[in-house]
Amino acid sequence: MWDYTEKVKDHFLNPRNVGEIENADCMGEVGSLACGDALKLTLRLDEKKEKIVDAKFLTFGCASAIASSSALTEIIKGMTIDSAAKVTNQDIADYLGELPEQKMHCSVMGREALEAAIANLRTGKTGVVELEGRVVCTCFGVTETEIERVIKENSLTEVEQVTNYCKAGGGCGGCRGEIERILLRTNAAAKPTVKPSKPGRLTVMQKIKMIDETIAREIRPSLVQDGGDIELVDVEGSRVIVALRGACSSCPASPVTMKDFIQAKLREFVADDLVVEEEKQ
Amino acid sequence: MKPIYLDNNATTRVADEVVEAMMPFFTEQYGNPSSMYALGGEAGHATRHAREQVAALLNCSPDEILFTSCGTESDNTSIHGVLEVAPAKRHLITSRVEHPAVRTTCRYFREQHGYALTELPVDAKGNLSLSELESSLRDDTALVSIMHANNETGVIFPLEEIAQIVKSHGVILHTDAVQTAGKLSLDMQKLPVDLLAISGHKLHAPKGIGALYVRRGTKLPPYLKGGHQESGKRAGTENVPYIVGFGKACELAMQNMEKENTSVKALRDKLQAGLLTGCQNAYVNGDETHRLPNTANISFEFIEGESILLLLDTLGVCASSGSACTSGSLEPSHVLRAMGVPFTRAHGSIRFSLSRYTTEDEVNVVIEKLPAIIERLRSMSPFGRK
Ligand code: FES
Repeated sequence: MWDYTEKVKDHFLNPRNVGEIENADCMGEVGSLACGDALKLTLRLDEKKEKIVDAKFLTFGCASAIASSSALTEIIKGMTIDSAAKVTNQDIADYLGELPEQKMHCSVMGREALEAAIANLRTGKTGVVELEGRVVCTCFGVTETEIERVIKENSLTEVEQVTNYCKAGGGCGGCRGEIERILLRTNAAAKPTVKPSKPGRLTVMQKIKMIDETIAREIRPSLVQDGGDIELVDVEGSRVIVALRGACSSCPASPVTMKDFIQAKLREFVADDLVVEEEKQ
Repeated sequence: MKPIYLDNNATTRVADEVVEAMMPFFTEQYGNPSSMYALGGEAGHATRHAREQVAALLNCSPDEILFTSCGTESDNTSIHGVLEVAPAKRHLITSRVEHPAVRTTCRYFREQHGYALTELPVDAKGNLSLSELESSLRDDTALVSIMHANNETGVIFPLEEIAQIVKSHGVILHTDAVQTAGKLSLDMQKLPVDLLAISGHKLHAPKGIGALYVRRGTKLPPYLKGGHQESGKRAGTENVPYIVGFGKACELAMQNMEKENTSVKALRDKLQAGLLTGCQNAYVNGDETHRLPNTANISFEFIEGESILLLLDTLGVCASSGSACTSGSLEPSHVLRAMGVPFTRAHGSIRFSLSRYTTEDEVNVVIEKLPAIIERLRSMSPFGRK
């Protein structure tokens, strides 16, 4: 049995603002019967169309989905559209005290419906959440954009967390490797590292030393976390030849993602003209 | 508030008679059956008696009964053991609707040891195709493991026919009979099954005790290695109090089997009929003729199982669901999916499983209160308002 806070139980047993506003100013719809949860949010605005005066929801889903929807409507009632646009899934979870980790996707669903409703108001889009970008998880129809977003907004570091927040990876599991790489990429890009200023001209020895250090500091840790490893094989002019080991070497995405990631790091910290190549067996 | 417990396929209350039988073995007759003094002898005697009681339930010889810690251990012992003695045979057959104890173990052998694995499909009512079983048997098939009755839907597989097919090909047959032991008669003189797993806590003994029937002549190396307990077939000091309790529970199950198939079944039928009339868009999952007498799995469309369970819980009613939110994964029950139950129904499926302790009043409460819960959730659902 889930460990729900009193607040979650209260919002499940006594949900606020259930229903559908007739002739609503805008609406947002997300999820489906097949997915196991869905939410339809309708909003009424003031005369100037700036402030939310009423919000109602209809939800199909588990207790935490219903509680999250109820919390969402309570949070945004009385808010201006501009402030509502800044509400995050974490705000919904915080309002409820806490959601079990595995149920965080319920709060994300709330945020998505709200966003769709705001887009419906501002751009005249239908309000039905559409998939944006490439679908990574076909089981649950989750795109790369959405995965990157939950990673950034909630500082996620593990595949399991991504599954908890947006369901991706929770079905056949076929997309978990891909999620792992998105994690790696997103977090590597986000990590604020103190950059040693790039030197001017380098001697060959200096260059090799710097490449080696950058690999050790910026690149290897993420690969090792993924069950792989990297070795510097040779440097010829601006060509950096590396060997990928372990999980990385058999990774189907390695030619693109890995190389791009390593090259970007080396260019950032060593020299702009470096080209990374994988050692040929 | 006394709970209305309708989740007996998950676990059962321990019978008072069982508790009573067990008690002396904690503080008075606490000896180790392997010891040489009288105290150990008493424990040894009690264990032998319990073995006879379990054997009586299965109509087999006591030396064909091996005590384990649970149904899962019995299943693991069987699968690991059979594959170990026939290393050249690299093929396994099971069904898509097995309990995880069998399903995960078979998949483990496929993934970690390269075995070929056939998972037989079921039809929309949850029935197995016997011709498909027959055609999937190979020369190198080491083991067929097929459950007797499904824990989620209660659908009973034709074990006798399955056994005939499998044995005519000379292949070892293992059956997880955790849900049928004590509910249906199991006569090992008539059923040519080699290995059969049963569990104590499904038939009013405590959790933490199980047994494995091993037909005489079946080679089965110990899964737990160590001492010579259980005639060298399972190491580890015998859990004497629980073994005694399990024996007693089997004896009671034999006495109550008639009741199980008449009065428990009648209550189940009443509950099912009451809910189908009381709620719209409700459907029974699983074959209604070949089904355990105590189980009803019903889908309520457009709403989600966990919500139903939590609202039932506020009334003290305990049941379970095949929805994603309660399965610990994000997908609904593998059993319902194997049957092709649409997701829209799988998410809203509720399993009620009764026992001889279920009363008519309890069933009436559920029939009376559940329709309002279903209505309430549907009025909140974007799909429920048509
Ligand atoms: S594709 Fe993501 S879990 Fe199946």
